Amino acid sequence: MARLIRLDRSGHTTLAEWAPDDAESHEPAIEAFRRELDAGMLASVSHPDGTAEVVRELPVDAELVVLRRPIAGG
Amino acid sequence: MASAGGLSEAAPLWWRKRPSDRTLRRDGRLWTAWTAAVSTPFFAAGAFLLWLEPLTFPVALASFAHGWVIPELYARRGAGSVVPIGSRASAARRTDRSEDAERAALGLLGDLVRHEQRDLVARTGLVLERGRLGTWLIGERGAMMVRPGGRRVDCWCVRVAEPGSLPAGDRVAHLLLALREDEAGFATVANFAFSGAAWRVRRRMPKRSRPALDAARGDARAPLSSNS
Repeated sequence: MARLIRLDRSGHTTLAEWAPDDAESHEPAIEAFRRELDAGMLASVSHPDGTAEVVRELPVDAELVVLRRPIAGG
Repeated sequence: MASAGGLSEAAPLWWRKRPSDRTLRRDGRLWTAWTAAVSTPFFAAGAFLLWLEPLTFPVALASFAHGWVIPELYARRGAGSVVPIGSRASAARRTDRSEDAERAALGLLGDLVRHEQRDLVARTGLVLERGRLGTWLIGERGAMMVRPGGRRVDCWCVRVAEPGSLPAGDRVAHLLLALREDEAGFATVANFAFSGAAWRVRRRMPKRSRPALDAARGDARAPLSSNS
């Protein structure tokens, strides 16, 4: 199962889980994803080679999507 | 380290140039030149006093000390801008912390780093991450980057914009993800705090975290092909 998690005061919270090949399970995940982005969170997908990518649409084929807060200098 | 989308936090900072190897080398030289310009007059004044009258030795000594202390203070500020997990300023030391949250955050951070880095994080409180500009050490707040060759360290002030009561591991995870998303963007958002000799910064780091800098220097000295 793929997971959408948010880094928060509890460590992290799993907001949604879905199966890449089950289109019905995508809808709640996409809704949760959009809700978090609207609240100012940023979504990041890590790749096996150690890189990461900012995403603005839920990549349903990703294993893990992490929602984080913005960073700042200072 | 690749950037597919770029760091959105860097977009509003249009007046800042995205750092590159060339600009970092230039900034490093400028930092060294500035430090020398501020320190050298004190050494010159001390030498002049001794030449003028050897009995002014105590005053000359104070002048030399002043010249020595200035780069030390800069290095202290640089080292202090990076907060390792578990250090005195760590969120993991707050009285209102949740042990469960701290554990969960450290678990996730462990999942994000490579196997060989987990032990280093546990021992030193810093995450080592190789980038294109250098080898980074990430703390809860702040980051330092060992430039290729391992002799110069750049320190940066950077943090989660609204950390609230985020556990320590999550704070590091935020910075690590942002760095992986866009290294140059990360360095654009961060404020440059220090550039100078690695040995000078090392002395100002908590003892527990110094092995992380040693590891980063070793990584920065290794040829690129062995650090992919």
